[in-house]
Amino acid sequence: METLKQELKENIIEQLNLEDIAIEDINDDDILFGDGLGLDSIDGLELIVMLDKNYGIKLTDPKKGRAIFESIKVMAKYISENRTK
Amino acid sequence: MNSNYYISSFCSIKNNTISLNGSMVYSNENMEFLEFIKAAYKSLDTNYPKFFKMDGLSKLAILAAHVLFKNENINQDKDNDIAVVFSNKSSSIDTDRKHQKSIENKDDYYPSPAIFVYTLPNICIGEISIKYKLFSENSFFIFENFSAQHLLDYANSLLSAGKTEKVLCGWVELDGNQYEAYLYLVTKIGTILHSKENIIKFYNT
Amino acid sequence: MKNGNKKLDSRMTEVYLSYNNIVSSLGFDSETVVSNIHNEISGLQLIDDKEMFFKSFCSSIINQKELNNSFTSIAVEGNFTRLEMMMITSLNRVIQDTKIPLTKNVGLIISTTKGNIDILDKNSKFLEERAYLGSLGKVIKDFFKFKNDAIVVSNACVSGVLAVTIAKRYITQGIYDNVFVVSGDIVTEFILSGFNSFQALSSEPCKPYSKNRTGINIGEVAASVLVTKNDTNLAKEAVAILGDGSCNDANHISGPSRTGEGLVRSVKLAQKEANISFDNIDYISAHGTGTPFNDEMEAIAINRLGLQNVPINSLKGYFGHTLGASGLLETIVGMHSLYNNTLYSSLGFEEIGVSQPINVITKTITKKLNIFLKTASGFGGSNMAVIFKKINMTSK
Repeated sequence: METLKQELKENIIEQLNLEDIAIEDINDDDILFGDGLGLDSIDGLELIVMLDKNYGIKLTDPKKGRAIFESIKVMAKYISENRTK
Repeated sequence: MNSNYYISSFCSIKNNTISLNGSMVYSNENMEFLEFIKAAYKSLDTNYPKFFKMDGLSKLAILAAHVLFKNENINQDKDNDIAVVFSNKSSSIDTDRKHQKSIENKDDYYPSPAIFVYTLPNICIGEISIKYKLFSENSFFIFENFSAQHLLDYANSLLSAGKTEKVLCGWVELDGNQYEAYLYLVTKIGTILHSKENIIKFYNT
Repeated sequence: MKNGNKKLDSRMTEVYLSYNNIVSSLGFDSETVVSNIHNEISGLQLIDDKEMFFKSFCSSIINQKELNNSFTSIAVEGNFTRLEMMMITSLNRVIQDTKIPLTKNVGLIISTTKGNIDILDKNSKFLEERAYLGSLGKVIKDFFKFKNDAIVVSNACVSGVLAVTIAKRYITQGIYDNVFVVSGDIVTEFILSGFNSFQALSSEPCKPYSKNRTGINIGEVAASVLVTKNDTNLAKEAVAILGDGSCNDANHISGPSRTGEGLVRSVKLAQKEANISFDNIDYISAHGTGTPFNDEMEAIAINRLGLQNVPINSLKGYFGHTLGASGLLETIVGMHSLYNNTLYSSLGFEEIGVSQPINVITKTITKKLNIFLKTASGFGGSNMAVIFKKINMTSK
């Protein structure tokens, strides 16, 4: 699980072009959207593509995405339970 | 046809050099476009993390607007009645190619929404409008070459119809490693006449 | 010339939308298309073409055979892209109807979001340079032998209606007397895959403003109109442009403003220039894409403006979202709506599903109409509003 969390942080920074943010800046419980990391709706859609591409998880409801992408911890739990690759 | 409008300042980004009113503000040779524009962003104290999420065309446009508006003391915290009229040759083709590439291989088919959204040339105007609170008219035109006459006529028509107080005009072009930005602000008071001759003169500066 | 005088001049020059054409899945001329709309016939259908898109999608697509047939009566096919054939077919009819010689006082404006984007596909038989929008402009200009270069506008989904106001500005500035506007976009994998990545594509016919709306359908049309200052020899359905406004949301590059700010400001600007009261607006031809956020934004804006009781429709249920052509397409249908004194049903509408009340037209009905408001919104935060008034008071 720790490896997955670390991997997610790396991928989020790279995929979402969070140039000013380092892996150490993201805590497992930090809120990713809104006031937290400041991600927006396009980032949310991009994370849906990332779930599909890296873990074989297909989400079709962006609203469901928001719940899954609450924090690194929540994301990692969901991915480990649902991944197909 | 001359107007009673004025060019208050102009900015250009080309050949790895950024200039304001004809004077160099930043230069960094021997760099590819994306590397150059990022280095310029960092050096010019822009402090706008959204910059990193933008495509090349928006990076080019927003940095030129940053240099120009800083000089004009445009207040980012209140509404600014500035219309935006941009033009170029290649529309958003640089980003179009990236999106097209992502759908070419059926076994590796992951088109990116963050890329697709930039496959419209006017998105760079949207980015500038967000940063500077421009709730104003915007238009993006495509011409084979820079057209001073068109920009002149169109900016005049917006000002004389009372649609706006100022017009940010220019050319923002990106196609592979070829890039060029030239922006100027047209105002109702000033000293340098808003004329075809001056638009061309500053473009060639 | 002093600014004050110029302002006076521009107010004195009335500008009209006159002869027009629509090339679409519902027909190749405006009358046929409008008659299909009158009968609530949709051009949308479920398409299962794995060559085009990996899953089935709902769209309104122009029949290639019909397009070829129509085109061969004008020119030899083969050297033109699909979009060019659509645009030439559409514009040719308008030029023929107007009988205006293409002198140096005649302008050409082309509006499109993506132009010949299908050329970027590696299987295209055309060279990549044809994908540049300037090339599209040149092909249309050269085909009809316009004296002036085409002005190409690409401003997301407001392009089609923006093109009309650009034409008006060129005329009030005294640069042109007549301007032909042609708008068009095509359904491509490029666009389908992009909107799909936005989770915005609906797999069934779209349902603008409805509770169960699930997104947009992409469609294709080419639409053309003559914009002119000459009030003689106008088409029977001609309208005058009373006022226009275009304001950015300054909020987000893809999501519409939650408050409808840009749209509210656009309508207010148009109303100010039109110098009419909101009570004079008989009908609103809205954007209504069928996405949750767009439709909600429009309902909020319309209520902020106090226009919630004015009959409103979205024509996306007939054509889907035709991108850079939608604004002009819907303006042309609006012109015919005024002339026919008929409000057309907002096809696909079921139970109201926006948080603020709006008066969606649920059944095609006749009603005396004089003035309509056209609105559009698009990526990049752009919004557009134009107010049109019927010219021919002795219409049917």
